[in-house]
Order: sequence, then C-alpha cells, then structure tokens
Amino acid sequence: MQSTVFPNKILPYFLVAPQIVLTVVFFFWPASQALYQSAMREDPFGLQSTFVGLANFTTILSDANYLHALRVTVVFSVATALLSMGIALLLATAADLVVRGKGFYRTMMIIPYAVAPAVAGMLWLFMFNPAMGTFAYILRRNGIAWDPLLNGDQAMALVVVAAAWKQISYNFLFFVAGLQAIPKSLLEAASIDGARGSRRFWTIVFPLLAPTTFFLLVVNTVYAFFDTFGIIHSVTGGGPAKATETLVYKVYNDGFVNLNLGSSAAQSVILMVIVIALTAFQFRFVERRVHYA
Amino acid sequence: MATIELKDVRKTYGTNIEAIKGVSLDIQDGEMIVLVGPSGCGKSTLLRMVAGLESITGGDVTIAGRRVNNLEPSERDIAMVFQNYALYPHMTVRQNLAYGLKNRNTPKDEIDRRITEAARALEIEQFLERKPRQLSGGQRQRVAMGRAIVRKPAAFLFDEPLSNLDAKLRVQMRVEIRRLQRSLETTSIYVTHDQMEAMTLADRLVVLNAGRIEQVGTPIELYEKPATTFVATFIGSPSMNLIKPTGGPNTNWPSDTATVGIRPEDLVIADTSSAGGFRVKVQVMAVELVGAESYVHGMTEDGGTIVFRVPGRSVIAIGETLELTALPDRFHLFDADGRRLSP
Repeated sequence: MQSTVFPNKILPYFLVAPQIVLTVVFFFWPASQALYQSAMREDPFGLQSTFVGLANFTTILSDANYLHALRVTVVFSVATALLSMGIALLLATAADLVVRGKGFYRTMMIIPYAVAPAVAGMLWLFMFNPAMGTFAYILRRNGIAWDPLLNGDQAMALVVVAAAWKQISYNFLFFVAGLQAIPKSLLEAASIDGARGSRRFWTIVFPLLAPTTFFLLVVNTVYAFFDTFGIIHSVTGGGPAKATETLVYKVYNDGFVNLNLGSSAAQSVILMVIVIALTAFQFRFVERRVHYA
Repeated sequence: MATIELKDVRKTYGTNIEAIKGVSLDIQDGEMIVLVGPSGCGKSTLLRMVAGLESITGGDVTIAGRRVNNLEPSERDIAMVFQNYALYPHMTVRQNLAYGLKNRNTPKDEIDRRITEAARALEIEQFLERKPRQLSGGQRQRVAMGRAIVRKPAAFLFDEPLSNLDAKLRVQMRVEIRRLQRSLETTSIYVTHDQMEAMTLADRLVVLNAGRIEQVGTPIELYEKPATTFVATFIGSPSMNLIKPTGGPNTNWPSDTATVGIRPEDLVIADTSSAGGFRVKVQVMAVELVGAESYVHGMTEDGGTIVFRVPGRSVIAIGETLELTALPDRFHLFDADGRRLSP
C-alpha cells in the first residue's frame, strides 16, 4: 500500500469526513442506542425506563418463543442458501454449455436480482396465494392440500423458495465466474483421464469451485439471516403461528408492533454479535481463500 | 505400443477457415515424432485432434489400427502432457497419478505398483504426498509426465511441455524425456515451436506451415536437404541465408534457380588469393559473440542481410567490408516456388 503524505493538515480529515459521518449516524449511533436500550426496561406507557442490567438478555434466552425463532432462522437460512446455491450451480454449469446467445442467457439470469425483496415476496405470494394463486389452484386440483396460511411447513417452503429465487442470480454470477476460472486444460486432462459428466464434475469441477462455494455460503447465510425481512413480511408476516418468524422478524415484531423495546434491543444486540462473527469469519477464511497455481 | 496414421486429416472452423489442410502421416511403433512450426501453423490443433480434444472435420486418424475419429479422448488410449502441466491442484501428486487409473477401475494394488514405478523413474518419490502448488516448475513437469506414464498408454502426446521452464531446466528435461521415451518405447507425438528442441528429440521431424506439411524426415535430413525455403530457414539457428543467385564464375547453377541458401557455418571469409567460385561482398553491421563462436551480421550490396559464423572471438570490426565464399557442395538451390532443386 502506498502512503501519501498530505502537506495540508486539515484537508485529509475533510476528505474522510463524509464516510465517518455516515458510519457514526447510521451505525455507531443506532448501535449504541440498541446497547443502551437492551439494558433498560420501558414502562408500559413509555414514560420512564429503568436500568435492568442483563435481565433482558436472560429473559429472551430463556424464552421459548425466542429459541423457536432461532430454530426457524437456522432452518430458513440453511434451506435458502442450499436451494439457491444448488439451483444457481445447476444453471451456471448449464450456461457453460450454451454456445449461442450466451450473453443474452446470462443477462436474463441476472434480472431477479434487481427485484426488491418485498416485490419478490409479492410475486410468489400472488402465485401461491390459496385464494387467488394460479399455482395454488393447480396444486389443489392435483390433490395437494396447499394452504400456507394455515400450514406452517408450507409457509416456510414458500418463503424459502421466494428468498432463494431472489438470490439465485447473485450466486449464478459467482458460479459462472468460478467456472470460467477453471483452466480448460484441467478439464481436458480429466477427459483424457477418463472422467466425464457427473464424475468429472464431482471430482474436478466441484472441488475447484470450493472457494467460490464457501464464499457464497457465507454471503447467502448473511442474506437469509438479515435481508429477507421484506419477503417474510409480505408473504407470511411471520405466520402462521410464528412458523416463519425469523430473528430479524421477531426484532421488528417485538419492538415496533408489541413495543417491547428492551427485549427488541437485546435481540438486535445478539444479531449484531452474529453479524460481527460472520464478517470476521468471512475475512478470516474467505478473503484469504486458496489460490491455485 | 502402437502405430498412428493420419490420412488426409482436415480441420475447418466455421465454413471457410481451414486450420489443417489435409495432413497425412504414418508414425511407426515406438517412434518419437516432433511436430514443429511457427505459431499458428496448426501443430497444436493437429495434436489435439489426435487426442480427441478437437473434432476432426475430414480424413481419418487411426491409433493402433483402430479408427478413432469418433471416440472420446479417454477411449483412444493416449496420454497427454500439457504446456501448463494441467495438474489437479486439489489432489496430491499421488492422487494426480492415480486419477486416470481409478477412473478405469484399475485394482488398487496395481495402481500403487505403477505409481511407485513411475515415481522412481522420474525421481518424484519424495513429493508423492504434496500438492502441486508446493512443487517447482520442473517437479510439476515430472508429475505431469508421471501422470502420462502410469497409464501405460498406446501413445504419448506432448503439447509444448517445456515452454514454461527456464532455459537450463528445459535442456535437462529434454534429455530426460528422450531417455524415458526410449526406454518405454512408447509412440510419441511432440509439439514444439523450438527448433532446437525439435532437432534433439525427434526420430523424425514434421515441419508444418499454415496447416500443411512442408517436410517429414530425420533432423539431419531436414537440416542437410530442406525441401523448401520455409524448412531451410526454420531449421537451424541462426537460420539459413537466402540470397539471389548472383554467383560469379564457376557456379554452374541450373537456370531456374531463384534462391540460393547457405548456412551461416558454411560461409567463410574469402582468401584474397583464391580465385573463382562463389563470392559475395558484405558490409559488417553487427557482431554477436555467443561464447565459442561469433555470428557476424552483414549487408550485401543489394541490401540483403547475411549472417555467418566465425569460430572463437571475432576480430571483425563493424563497418568493415568482407568477401565471403563457400564450398560448392554447400549450396541449397530453390526454384521460384521455393522448392528444392536436386540434389
């Protein structure tokens, strides 16, 4: 890294000021507020708050509802990450075989990424809404009792599919780039060595994609944890019976709907810790990913 | 152990771009054939067609008497050594060597036996548990060779295997490849753009130019009797001088001689006393000292350039004018189409 010495003593601070201001206003301030709130208990009328120490944390960590939300989040995240990465990998390997119109195909694949989460949720909701959804109608006509408004598993499946669908484009792009980075001569050597089709994929291509896969796994987990509020809010609203209430959704519900500010703040502090851990994990292992000579 | 036959092999890209324009070649069992030519002449394409990595547009490729045009690379019983080694980076050296055998369901003890054997022959035994990235270029090259050897294929195909190595290692590996190929007696096709490598490795050389074979023969045949001006200038370093036939007296060249070729080592500075024979006057432009000998670059009176060799350190000064001559049997005569006139 090249270090530049500014002759002016004040200018450098002006140059970094916008970034610092943004970070302070949008991260440090709310984060410190969350920390402060997480140690306080608000009275029901919002007139005064009392310091309760770690009571909020002990309450939520022994709360069955919170642990349920944690379980829901893990199931939701793992399912979303695996589904979207699996489909993206399938499409990327297929795109590798496309000869004509490769560019067009790839461009079309990227479009879902431009759709806002809430809109993506609405699209899937309309398709699978038991009252008016086309696919819901087809499912029911084929003897499947489709009703995500009553059946928690079906609701979960619906939000997972909607959340995964939106992330496929992103994963697809990375997998395409990863596939292109594999030297062609390796695949040729493998085909001379008698490996074709799925065998070649699992013994050569997939291991060489490992850095990409690992990176995407972290990114997708973070996405499923934190960026899927819009989808869940528009599709199920966390229901039925909290079957799709993830941690982030519970923060929103407890804080802004039920106005239990102390508990909500404590939950967001826990989420913050998870984000920091995931980011550190990513920097530690993904940024320094294996380079093949 | 196999012969390889190419019969009027053609490769066309799109509708009208011909990369290989009808190549026919018979390769004997155990022979080391080197395909040599400038970049873009189609030598790698031809090799890849034999390997099955490129489709064959026309003609037939036969390996061990079996037409392989429509067979997969793995079904052709060949092994290939790539320029960038193409080792599987996520596997250890042992796994790299075993991969091709495993895919063919070779019994485990047989795989182990062959790996031990190949590792000993290539002196890579101590690297077997390492990953390719922990090896140097030369060691990787050995592993790449090992991967070919363990398979015991009908033929080895080498695609410029030494071009990523430094000069010293290249010479060393060249000798080693030759030794291995001799001892294994496996039919081999070796592609290179380096004429030095070609000369030293080949049983027979195939000079390719623009998708066509210019000449096939032993290195000495090609060196002493190049069939065309292309081969004449391509084989030998520095390359052969081509000049217009402006011979003096006593040069009884055929009337259709359009070009005269003389190798740099066949030119000598003319003794002022000796009369007659071929003479050419050059002005010295540059002198290159390469160690045991020097190469003098000169310009003829009609503006052509001539290179000739002087043993030891040259005392020739730049700007000096010299008269050169050569023995009568040292000339290569070519007609207007660049074809050799007998002998």
